[in-house]
Amino acid sequence: MNKSILTAVVGAAAFAGLGAAAASAATLDDVKAKGFVQCGVSTGLAGFSAPNDAGDWTGLDVDLCRGVAAAIFGDPKAVKFSPLSAKERFTALQSGEIDVLSRNTTWTMSRDTELGLNFAGVNYYDGQGFMVRKSLGVNSALQLSGASVCVQTGTTTELNLTDYFKANNMTYNPVVFEKLEEVNSAYDANRCDVYTTDQSGLYSIRLGLSAPDDHMVLPEIISKEPLGPAVRQGDDQWFSIVKWVHYAMLNAEEMGITKANVDEMVTSTDPNVMRLLGKEGTFGEAIGIGNDWAYNVIKQVGNYGEIFEANVGASTPLGIARGVNALWSKGGLQYAPPIR
Amino acid sequence: MANSSDAAAGVADSGRVSLIYDPKVRSYFFQALTVIVVVYILYTGVTNAVDNLARAGIASGFGFFGDRAGFDIGQTLIHYTNDSTYFTAFMVGLTNTLLVAAIGIFFATIIGFVVGLARLSKNYLVQKLATVYVETLRNIPLLLQLLFWYKAVLAVLPSPRGAHALFGDSVFLNNRGLYLPRAIGEEGSGLVWIALLVGLAMWVVIGMWSRKRQMETGQQFPVFLTGLGLTIALPLIAFIITGAPFVVDYARLEGFNMVGGRVIQPEFMALILGISLYTASFIAEIVRAGILAVSHGQTEAAFALGLRPNHTSRLVIVPQAMRVIIPPLTSQYLNLTKNSSLAVAIGYPDLVAVFGGTVLNQTGQAVEVISITMLVYLTISLLTSSFMNWFNSRVALVER
Amino acid sequence: MDNQKESIAFLRAANAPTMPPPVSDRGVIGWLRANLFASPRDSVLSILVLLLLVWVVPPIFKWAVTNAVWNGTSRDDCIGPEVGACWAFVKAKFGQFIYGRYPIEERWRVNLTGLLLIIGLVPIAMPTVPYKRENAVYLLIVFPILAFILLTGQLGLEPVETSRWGGLLVTLVVAIVGIVVSFPLGILLALGRRSEMPVIKMFSIIFIEFWRGVPLITVLFMSSVMLPLFLPADVSFDKLLRALIGVALFSSAYMAEVIRGGLQAIPKGQYEAANAMGLTFWQGTRLVTMPQALTLVIPGIVNTFIGLFKDTSLVLIIGLFDLLGIVQQNMTDPNWISPVTPATGFVFAAFVFFIFCFGMSRYSAYMERRLDTGHKR
Repeated sequence: MNKSILTAVVGAAAFAGLGAAAASAATLDDVKAKGFVQCGVSTGLAGFSAPNDAGDWTGLDVDLCRGVAAAIFGDPKAVKFSPLSAKERFTALQSGEIDVLSRNTTWTMSRDTELGLNFAGVNYYDGQGFMVRKSLGVNSALQLSGASVCVQTGTTTELNLTDYFKANNMTYNPVVFEKLEEVNSAYDANRCDVYTTDQSGLYSIRLGLSAPDDHMVLPEIISKEPLGPAVRQGDDQWFSIVKWVHYAMLNAEEMGITKANVDEMVTSTDPNVMRLLGKEGTFGEAIGIGNDWAYNVIKQVGNYGEIFEANVGASTPLGIARGVNALWSKGGLQYAPPIR
Repeated sequence: MANSSDAAAGVADSGRVSLIYDPKVRSYFFQALTVIVVVYILYTGVTNAVDNLARAGIASGFGFFGDRAGFDIGQTLIHYTNDSTYFTAFMVGLTNTLLVAAIGIFFATIIGFVVGLARLSKNYLVQKLATVYVETLRNIPLLLQLLFWYKAVLAVLPSPRGAHALFGDSVFLNNRGLYLPRAIGEEGSGLVWIALLVGLAMWVVIGMWSRKRQMETGQQFPVFLTGLGLTIALPLIAFIITGAPFVVDYARLEGFNMVGGRVIQPEFMALILGISLYTASFIAEIVRAGILAVSHGQTEAAFALGLRPNHTSRLVIVPQAMRVIIPPLTSQYLNLTKNSSLAVAIGYPDLVAVFGGTVLNQTGQAVEVISITMLVYLTISLLTSSFMNWFNSRVALVER
Repeated sequence: MDNQKESIAFLRAANAPTMPPPVSDRGVIGWLRANLFASPRDSVLSILVLLLLVWVVPPIFKWAVTNAVWNGTSRDDCIGPEVGACWAFVKAKFGQFIYGRYPIEERWRVNLTGLLLIIGLVPIAMPTVPYKRENAVYLLIVFPILAFILLTGQLGLEPVETSRWGGLLVTLVVAIVGIVVSFPLGILLALGRRSEMPVIKMFSIIFIEFWRGVPLITVLFMSSVMLPLFLPADVSFDKLLRALIGVALFSSAYMAEVIRGGLQAIPKGQYEAANAMGLTFWQGTRLVTMPQALTLVIPGIVNTFIGLFKDTSLVLIIGLFDLLGIVQQNMTDPNWISPVTPATGFVFAAFVFFIFCFGMSRYSAYMERRLDTGHKR
């Protein structure tokens, strides 16, 4: 009867042979060996990471992964996406199932320390807000005492909500769901008075309600939600690559290098541009990739301003203004260290 | 499969059974091998987990139970605030699961017995209706039904400001829940509860006494009426003596929502509705099979003895049918308890939603949290099945 | 005799004409009396049920047929005061409901796989068709390999990631893999539980009772969140594969109990006869007891499969898009969101599940009648 166990072992081994992917300390070597970057994204949040009708992933978080792929392989398509729920995302990264987690994840201290993650920057500065029905006649979050609040579980949102109501001596009744779709439909069915999540998400979700114009987002922002890509601890080279892909996009915007003009800018004599585009120095080699890494990122994916506008900006249905996500030189918070 | 011919050859060659063909030796060998393989798999798994956790710098252990939870829960049976510990949150989830299981079992049993009897009805319409009910609900996934009921419940009920008021503004029904008045006990209210318990205890004692007396003398005693009378009268007397020590807290509209009273949330209603209707369709089939299993001769014998139809079913058919019904009924009760974990899909704060969901996410300790969740369900399952086995053996004793 | 003939003058030579039964016992009225109004209580019940039907059926019919929107291109067609089901939504999304996000130009591979499955399944389901053994080998070994090659894209076919699979495809993949893997595992566990070797018996019992004692949803959480941590650092599984492992282990415990039931139902004489013939344990099991046990429990196996098929809908909770998951996801498509879209989607999904499960349960009932050797009342 040991055969039952043996069969299980052999079966598991066979399965492993079919579906196993390698991951070890040197993430870059693994990625190069398998030929693509495995990127964890959300199961669908318009503007950040969502599949379009053809099944291709698009969004701000997706473009960061494409940027990493472009930097390593010169090909933004050399990336595979794993849709993850809020619950699965950290285990997926910890266990090596994905190489980078780019899934509107808030950078917090405990995640940075206890969960074994390293946040490689902030690609969207967000804050938690509230959405209500206009018919309630509410115009400030401080009037929400006694309300039913719809919230997604497994997020910092749930904790911020508690803290905010507690700090303001208000009460509320939480209605907690596992999946975003369920929160949306419950709010749409008037199960709750208030929907709370990151403000960018509220705009995205409002579009999907049956009557978007009946709802308004309240002005209060009750928390800091710096969203950014995360990698595993213990692999500094990989951490640097992801970090600097993001910074390269920011630096490119600051220097005015776009997808369209990057081929002209290659001939620029501005030392800053030359260093970014790999005409001077060996910055790419220092992190184990080609020196034209940033050129590829900009050429294939675009600078930060471009991907922002294309995915969530004013011309998209989301219509989010740059606000705090503008470059530091334009009054925002996006600031990249120089390449030098 | 070639072993036997090999064995024969071995015997012919040496004249005695070789050690590898000794069944006892082989049995020990295989068992030892199994132990080694199982231990090896467990050992590898555990060391991998320890390695992975250590390498990724993830906290482990059960220390998190004492930490402040920091989130709120919509429905709590025990005292809980966001300042309570994760352990309290765990208990809230557990009690909510048990509540759903208990109430679900109650309704599923009643509906299941009614539908099961209806399927045996001679009335064409009733029988067909019961058949349609059973076939439809059995063949659609419970999760789908729950999502449907939840949407239906929310769609049918009005918003808080247009709440249905029932019984003269004491009970309200809207899409935030069913609001019932709540009695808040003041000084002396404990006596009323004690009186209730005494009443129930006396009911049991009288039942035992009358059974014994009937066995000895054949005289019957109206146990049900006496017991019911006692359980109502005793608390009532206590209530009057202590001077009505209860204030009733009615729900009232304040701000966005009703406040006060006791609220039954729509998630809970949808969950109970879905889970009891679904399980009832299985119970109905079990009940039908159980009653069909009682031979028709039993009914005829009872009639021949002059028993009335209701006595026939109560004293002859049901006790025999129960022997067939109880074992599968047990597994349906267990299924219902396990299925209550689907609450997570409609936002009811059960064990899986609160502990396996929010707590897991806030602490990030997947291994500990999921193991505990599974252990809890396993314990509930084992306890329920051992209780039902005990009950079954008592019922089975009736058999000669 | 002659005397008699004369004295009883009115003795008839021919039968009296057969009279029809009284009006109250025949035709529509008779049927109504017997089936609906046999007693006062019956009459009350019948009237109540009729009222219920009158109250429930017309609105449902109106919603699903007369007021339904059959053609349309967006939510605007399905918004209105009296609009019923939005079937246009199902029509527009039908491809997704069946294949998920499987690339459109590769969908023929899914269709081919389906065809291969039907080719194997139909003959094995018909008791009179011969070559059952070859058929089973095809279904349990050849077909899974072919399906694996076709669906994932091996041997030069365009690879398709499992994250693009969805809809009915995932539902069927999970259910069929669950049943195919759980079948041999279940046999071994059932034999293990009946074994006389205490250690093996104990392990089998622990394994079976463990998986039967926990809800599938926690098993899926375990396989999606916990399992990766228990594997060596350089091995990681595809998400669908992890769910499949969880489902297979879970269903093998149930399968083991079904098969054990079959083994227990075989008379002891069969085991003893096999021993007396000098068959080894495995020979006896393979040639004598297991075939009988498996034939006995075909209805049980089908019922387990129905349960598993319904339970596959739970994978949506761990973020795989089975039929129900993809329907639910498409409900939030801004292009189609309307008050009737969710109900339409749920009714469609319920209908598909019902067709499959009801069909299988009819088959199981048919087999039960066939196997029933007639010693019932």
